[in-house]
Amino acid sequence: MTAGYAAYAQPSAREMRRQVPTSRSGGSPFGVYVHIPFCRERCDYCAFATYSDRDHLMRSYVEACVEEIERAYGSGDLPPASSVFFGGGTPSRLPPEDLVTILRAIPLKEGAEVTVECNPEDAQIERLSVYASAGVTRMSFGVESTLEHVLATLGRTSSASERADETGGSVPEMLADDVRQVGFKSWNLDLIYGAASETHEDWHDVLVGVVSMSCPPPHLSLYALTVELGTPLASDPSRYPDDDVQAERYEYASAFLSAHGYVWEEISNWALPGHACRHNDLYWSQGNYLGVGSGAHSHVDGRRWWNMRTPERYIRAIKTGSSPVAGEETLSEAEREFEELALSLRTRRGVPESALPTAPADLVLREGGRAVLNVRGRLVANDLTARLVTGAAL
Amino acid sequence: MDTALIRNFSIISHVDHGKSTLSDRILELTGAVDPRFMREQYLDSMDLERERGITIKAQNVRVVHRGHVLHLIDTPGHVDFGYEVSRSLAACEGAVLLVDASQGIQAQTLANCYQAMEHDLEIVAALNKIDLLAADPERCAAEIEKVLGLPADEILRISAKTGDGVGTLLDAVIERVPPPSGRRTSATRALIFDSSYDQYRGVVSSIRVFDGTISTGERLRFMQAGAVHDVEEIGVRTPDSVAVDELGPGEVGYLIAGIKNVGEARSGETVTRASAPAAEPLAGYRDPKPMVFCGIYPIDGDQLPFLRDALDRLKLNDSSFTFEPESSRALGFGFRCGFLGLLHMEIVRERLEREFDLSLIATAPSVAYRAYLTDGSDVDVDNPVDLPEASRIDHVDEPMLDITILTPAQYTGTVMELCQARRAELSRMEYLSPERLELVYRIPLAEVVKDFFDQLKSRTKGYASLDYEPAGYSTANLVRVDLLINHVPVDAFSTIVHRSSADNYGRRMTEKLRELIPRQLFDVPIQAAIGGRVVARETVKAKRKDVLAKCYGGDITRKRKLLERQKEGKKKMKNIGRVEVPQEAFISALRLED
Repeated sequence: MTAGYAAYAQPSAREMRRQVPTSRSGGSPFGVYVHIPFCRERCDYCAFATYSDRDHLMRSYVEACVEEIERAYGSGDLPPASSVFFGGGTPSRLPPEDLVTILRAIPLKEGAEVTVECNPEDAQIERLSVYASAGVTRMSFGVESTLEHVLATLGRTSSASERADETGGSVPEMLADDVRQVGFKSWNLDLIYGAASETHEDWHDVLVGVVSMSCPPPHLSLYALTVELGTPLASDPSRYPDDDVQAERYEYASAFLSAHGYVWEEISNWALPGHACRHNDLYWSQGNYLGVGSGAHSHVDGRRWWNMRTPERYIRAIKTGSSPVAGEETLSEAEREFEELALSLRTRRGVPESALPTAPADLVLREGGRAVLNVRGRLVANDLTARLVTGAAL
Repeated sequence: MDTALIRNFSIISHVDHGKSTLSDRILELTGAVDPRFMREQYLDSMDLERERGITIKAQNVRVVHRGHVLHLIDTPGHVDFGYEVSRSLAACEGAVLLVDASQGIQAQTLANCYQAMEHDLEIVAALNKIDLLAADPERCAAEIEKVLGLPADEILRISAKTGDGVGTLLDAVIERVPPPSGRRTSATRALIFDSSYDQYRGVVSSIRVFDGTISTGERLRFMQAGAVHDVEEIGVRTPDSVAVDELGPGEVGYLIAGIKNVGEARSGETVTRASAPAAEPLAGYRDPKPMVFCGIYPIDGDQLPFLRDALDRLKLNDSSFTFEPESSRALGFGFRCGFLGLLHMEIVRERLEREFDLSLIATAPSVAYRAYLTDGSDVDVDNPVDLPEASRIDHVDEPMLDITILTPAQYTGTVMELCQARRAELSRMEYLSPERLELVYRIPLAEVVKDFFDQLKSRTKGYASLDYEPAGYSTANLVRVDLLINHVPVDAFSTIVHRSSADNYGRRMTEKLRELIPRQLFDVPIQAAIGGRVVARETVKAKRKDVLAKCYGGDITRKRKLLERQKEGKKKMKNIGRVEVPQEAFISALRLED
């Protein structure tokens, strides 16, 4: 796949002279990520490449994405996708037919996993049915919290609770019902913990409300609220989360979820058996994937590149026939090895035991030649990553 | 030259009382400096001297007034350089006592003036700044009469700024200061009262001939250093250096003799003719003895060789400070340095940073304790980590000072309070005038090096002045307080203190370190201990969270770079008892201690 594909991704002169390595990907999985940079409103903590005032660009953006996919596959050596992920931003902000237009442009492998991120207020049966009939297999709902006062301190407004009220249940119950009616194989729910207004009891209530439903989500992403530079949250220290409080929330959730049959997959992700997200696993195993759309990142065999961040510039580049790539890097062997270990350490695969010789014993499980972080170790994964030893691990 | 026409004098004055301005006026009045080339503080050559308004290196200048040759010998203006002052005074027959008429006489001026009188110098007193509205010459004159016994009606009134009365002052110097008494035919004896290093000429010494003559090309013996050097050049400063063939009795000038190190031509050294040496050197020579010590470390360890080079080069110019290599677990490799006093320490450090472009960190200043051991031996300890363990110590003595404080009477209470808090004992107290008071205390040097001077200044709005002289040793209840991180002592923070303040020091430092040491993967105890006994404890709680929540396709590059930086950062950490501490934490702790 590499030669023609790399050419598409605007190779540097150095890259052209470099001997093309044998592809590591072979028949292995290949993912396509599609970035949808539109939101109804921007949340206070969000630093993603997303915009709440560019809806007029949607149509040309969709066309550009389709063209980018066609260009990429036109080079002839991209494998069909074994997973597709529509992320954002808010993919459900697009008219469902537009999203389907993009999906149809992507060659899919038999049994491909296709995920769409969706705001709860967009989760009407009609929209979800359009997705399902076009091949979407998995929904991911950005609920973030089920408590109004917590949502308020996150600067996130949701009209989903009104519709849920009409049905007489909670937002997660409403979503579970929608998913069941449309018939998706799997689904995920995002939650954020550690907001300033959230108490321990609040967090307990949120977890119980989600997990104790009759059809609980088979996959959960729990994110520690993080202060990103340049966000409204960053300019309001009174709303900053406390590390120790977040650590307690994490430990509590981790114990709670495993008691309810969830398997820990990665720092912030848990799944019932059989419901791990295959697309995410590509990211964490240095797999290959194509990123489509503004600000989207791609990776093929140790080479990473990323598209222009604003939708305007991205659209213009595609429309004028030039490359939308804004930056790239080719990892050295050492970087690649460190990255592989660093990513893997965040997951339940862990790393070869020899790669983590100096970590305190009470933070790491050592089993079958692998070192895997326990819940306290996961909470200090950055520190432990900085102790990884490369070279020795091979 | 006819000695009857020579007058050698220095100006004794407090910082800011106008000595440099008076020197400038004298240079102008006598036509020594072309007005086009005149600049302020003409004789202060170092930037630091101009900025701080103090004289660090003694200078001398020859001017001519009314047919007489006047040698003005400019003395260092700070208490740390008392010995240098005494050598400068030894080169004179008279001294101008210059006092700011709005401030009155200050402690150190008084001390220097007493010293001048001990050398039998004729004192010509002058009140300066009489043009100021705040000037109170009557009161100041009465004070001077009271404390020094100089008749008030003989005290001149001048304004160095406007030049008013400066001519009269020089006339008074000629009239009252006796001419030098040496004879050409005696065996040569000349006093070195300052030396500096010039990278082209080597050591240039300021010299006063007492007996006999010195000529170019002659072989000289340096009586204390025990070395022999040939005269390359002698001359006088007008203030430009002018070479002469000979310097006779009573003359002041400079000497260049191919010497590479100022340590071989120290202040106080007596020079004589090698072929016909004098029997006895001039009296009063003393080896410079450091009083205050600290470790000096480069913030960036790579700068160590540059620091050594800089110390070597400074030492060429300043034989009174000492240094030897030392190492610290917290700070890496550096040097243990000894200084005449706190200002001397500050000056050396500032010159190292400024003239050699180094970034440095210094440990808290220490003094030289003397520990008497149970086996009957004794040991000098200028670095707290060298103090033997408590079980081997019989008792510890600490160096003492006699300090003289002159203060406006309204601050007496607060000054006495400060002194008592610093373990000082009042020896004498005397009113100089109804408004001003002289307090004499005996106080441990260690209490003075700990911001005593700053405290004194701030408590008296800058009006009090301080002089000190060494007063031997005294036994005290002294202990070493160690700071331990995760049960491992951090040498840079070990300090010797009086038992009564040990707990307080321990608490302060443990609290400070708790704030500065980043949280680790485990709880880290920070303890202050005397021997095995813990007197203060804090805990840096284990960090519980250090992880990025999200790591998807778009996060990986950024995250890898972040983690690579974190990994690099780890390598630079100092490891103390398994605890990773950034060097900045130690540096901040030491800075706060300043």
